[in-house]
Amino acid sequence: MIKLLEARGIGKRFGGLRALTEVSLTINKGEVYGLIGPNGAGKTTFFNVLTGAYTPEDGEFVFNGSELPLGKPDRIVNRGIARTFQNIRLFREMTALENVMAGHFIRTKTGLLGVLLQTRHTREEEKLTTERAYELLKYVGIERHARTLSRNLSYGDQRRLEIARALATEPRLLALDEPAAGMNATETSQLRTLIETIRSDGTTVLLIEHDVKLVMGLCDRVAVLDFGKKIAEDVPAEVQRNPAVIEAYLGGAHHAAH
Amino acid sequence: MQTLLQQIVNGLVVGSVYAVVALGYTMVYGILGLINFAHGEVLMVGALVALSAITFFQSVLPDLHPIAYFVMGLLVAMPVCMAVGYTIERTAYRRLRNAPRLAPLITAIGVSFLLQTLAMIIWGRNYHSFPQLIQTAPIEIVAGVFMTPVQMTTVGVSAAMMIGLVILVTRTNMGRAMRATAENHRVASLMGVDTNRIIALTFIIGSALAAVAGVMIASNYGVAHYSMGFLPGLKAFTAAVLGGIGNLAGAMVGGIVLGLVEAIGAGYIETWTGGWLNSSYQDIFAFLILGIVLIFRPTGLLGERVADRA
Amino acid sequence: MNNISQAIPFLGSRNPKAALITLVVLVLTAPLFAGLFGNTWVRILDFALLYILLAIGLNLVVGFAGLLDLGYIAFYAVGAYTWAFLASPHFGLHLPFYVVLPVGAAFAALAGIALGFPTLRLRGDYLAIVTLGFGEIIRIFMNNLTHPVNITNGPQGIDQIDGMTIPLVGLELNRGLQVTDDFKISSLFLYYYVFLAFVVLAVILVKRLQVSRIGRAWAAIRDDELAAKAIGINTRNLKLLAFAMGATFGGVAGGLFGAFQGFVSPESFTLMESIAILTMIVFGGMGNLAGVIVGALALSFLPEVLRHIALPIQQALFGKVYLDPEVLRMLLLSLAMILMMLMKPAGLIPAQSRYSRADLLGDKEARHDQAA
Repeated sequence: MIKLLEARGIGKRFGGLRALTEVSLTINKGEVYGLIGPNGAGKTTFFNVLTGAYTPEDGEFVFNGSELPLGKPDRIVNRGIARTFQNIRLFREMTALENVMAGHFIRTKTGLLGVLLQTRHTREEEKLTTERAYELLKYVGIERHARTLSRNLSYGDQRRLEIARALATEPRLLALDEPAAGMNATETSQLRTLIETIRSDGTTVLLIEHDVKLVMGLCDRVAVLDFGKKIAEDVPAEVQRNPAVIEAYLGGAHHAAH
Repeated sequence: MQTLLQQIVNGLVVGSVYAVVALGYTMVYGILGLINFAHGEVLMVGALVALSAITFFQSVLPDLHPIAYFVMGLLVAMPVCMAVGYTIERTAYRRLRNAPRLAPLITAIGVSFLLQTLAMIIWGRNYHSFPQLIQTAPIEIVAGVFMTPVQMTTVGVSAAMMIGLVILVTRTNMGRAMRATAENHRVASLMGVDTNRIIALTFIIGSALAAVAGVMIASNYGVAHYSMGFLPGLKAFTAAVLGGIGNLAGAMVGGIVLGLVEAIGAGYIETWTGGWLNSSYQDIFAFLILGIVLIFRPTGLLGERVADRA
Repeated sequence: MNNISQAIPFLGSRNPKAALITLVVLVLTAPLFAGLFGNTWVRILDFALLYILLAIGLNLVVGFAGLLDLGYIAFYAVGAYTWAFLASPHFGLHLPFYVVLPVGAAFAALAGIALGFPTLRLRGDYLAIVTLGFGEIIRIFMNNLTHPVNITNGPQGIDQIDGMTIPLVGLELNRGLQVTDDFKISSLFLYYYVFLAFVVLAVILVKRLQVSRIGRAWAAIRDDELAAKAIGINTRNLKLLAFAMGATFGGVAGGLFGAFQGFVSPESFTLMESIAILTMIVFGGMGNLAGVIVGALALSFLPEVLRHIALPIQQALFGKVYLDPEVLRMLLLSLAMILMMLMKPAGLIPAQSRYSRADLLGDKEARHDQAA
């Protein structure tokens, strides 16, 4: 097993609230790693800290052998971590193709002068970006909507487009925040196939998901967060039997009943 | 020392007017998250309507006490401005409540310039002298520090308006409905609050305050004209931001602080900059404060709630 | 040019080629037609081109990157005053335009960055107010920077500014071109073609920007800043670039204005002018180059048309003028802004997504798209 990402003692506070406490976990190259937990357990916060939307107070990430810059989204993407959002965030006034092309930004180099002078290199890069974006649309299965404005796509296609856009940044680790939320059974099973394809093509996947069946069926290993702390990390079968996890979920249900 | 005290007094007078205008910005922002760019123009309408009303009453009812004309001017200006405020909300802003974020602001800018243009058509583009109905002869209040009766009236009336508003918002059912709407439109309407009515009322109350402020400003400077609302409006907005937008107490504190900074700054800027800048740069203080507050402490002095509409 | 020509009613969509030719001919001969009605109209045409340049620049900031800038006229002022400082008797400098114009553009770009840097984190409406304040601060300085050293000459402004001289041929635009002894092309015509060249250049550059990784990054920031960050776009640098580029256009337009007008004063750079340019963009269609150009043309011509029609009518009907031209212009602009926002917020020619050249894909995919 080769480690791809190692979180060491990550801590994040909002005012007096400790959203994450000493969260440490390890994601290996090539696996699908699940992150689950009751509502408000800190899953999305962990995502935001990892991808630089928030800066953690404590801890560090080691990614692919070296430390990750904290709170610097663009540099983190550049290192090879891409994400999607729980509530889809596409560029609404751009077509599907353009969304994915935008995702290729960080892997292209053309500067202001190149654009203004429209050099050969610029044109070649633009052509490459276009073709690559189209391939990605094909990859997620929505190439027929290439020229549709993203806001006019169906919900499931929007989710797929967001994944394609994230893949355009050429990540080593793809972090998906509840990709199956709001999907029906067919869409979920198609999504599952897609994630498996992504994994088999060599991209490691970090998955936050509520759909327990999806997580258990898809993930190689799973970590469970509760009240901002990691309470378990194991293969799915073991996690399901873990008493602390059962307690957390029942406790969560108990809280929700109030 | 006397200069400083005198500048403080001047600052308090100006600041109390800013505070009254700032309340209008902050109430609307608190409820709609909208910068009502046209609020300053309502102030201008108030001053010019009062001017016309006073001129009219002076010709049909001569020989009354000057204060009576002043009160009559106010009594005409306030309802007119309330109607203007209501009309703006009803025709322009209400339809844009769910529009993309820049649309209401751009419309508000349009409304602001439309009001200026209409005022230019009605009252012309000249400066009108505003009748000095209240004594303007300075009275020495402390050794070497002077205050005119107009200034005293301004502070007094502003204080009364602020107290009245605070009572309205904290002690009445309507105030409770306003606070509920500011907190959450949907929930408030589920609880039986007619949010459309409350929003309209907010505009109406804010406009009445602006009318009073307009008359005060015109009385203090002795002039009124179509573009007189722009700068005070912008400064009052600065005051609202400085105090923490959406926060009533903040608007008042912000108004006073801004008035003081401006007056003291204008008094000393020449000394500070070795003669490079002088009091004609007075207006940059408000803009600088606005920039600095928004950049370093966007929640303002007293603000906690930041309506996040991004 | 293509999509501008396609905006021509009837012809545009049916026969794009004919439309394009019509457009080119129209644009090239416009001053001749205008000249038939008198030189005033040629002058108005020249100003319309400057407004187009400004609108294109502001659109870069507002339409492309989504940053509402209400102080845009300040960059125009920077460009104009730079020209006035470097090419007039005021400081006794008379540098040629190919020095002055780039310097003015550079100063404007710096001013853009100076404005952009502290305001990067501000949300839309706050940004608008702060930029408005910035514009006003610049104007206050223009009005007052007269002592201890007289830099701006205050409200009187600076006059006797040098016109533009085309090097090599030594053509002084202000003097016109003496073709034969009794035929002279007036300077208004010469400036028209010079301004037109700048507009064409601006259109080409802006189109290239729009359909590029930079244009897509701006659009991404405009549509969703958080998502833009999440795909690795350095939003700080790109916003600054937008401010700087927009300001550069403003600065160039300002320099041209100074040379053309021969006189600059703070009065030309009021908030009303910033708002006017914003209205042109809103009116035509924010984010869409063709829309912006049409908006700028319409709103710089309409007030002048009104001036020439409404005044005689008022004179005839009432025997006196109730609405003077300036009032008419403000009325028109403010109503255009409000009504557009309420009724057609996307503008006359709404922006279509055009941040890529999808035709770079092979034929097969293109057909596939058509079928979809």
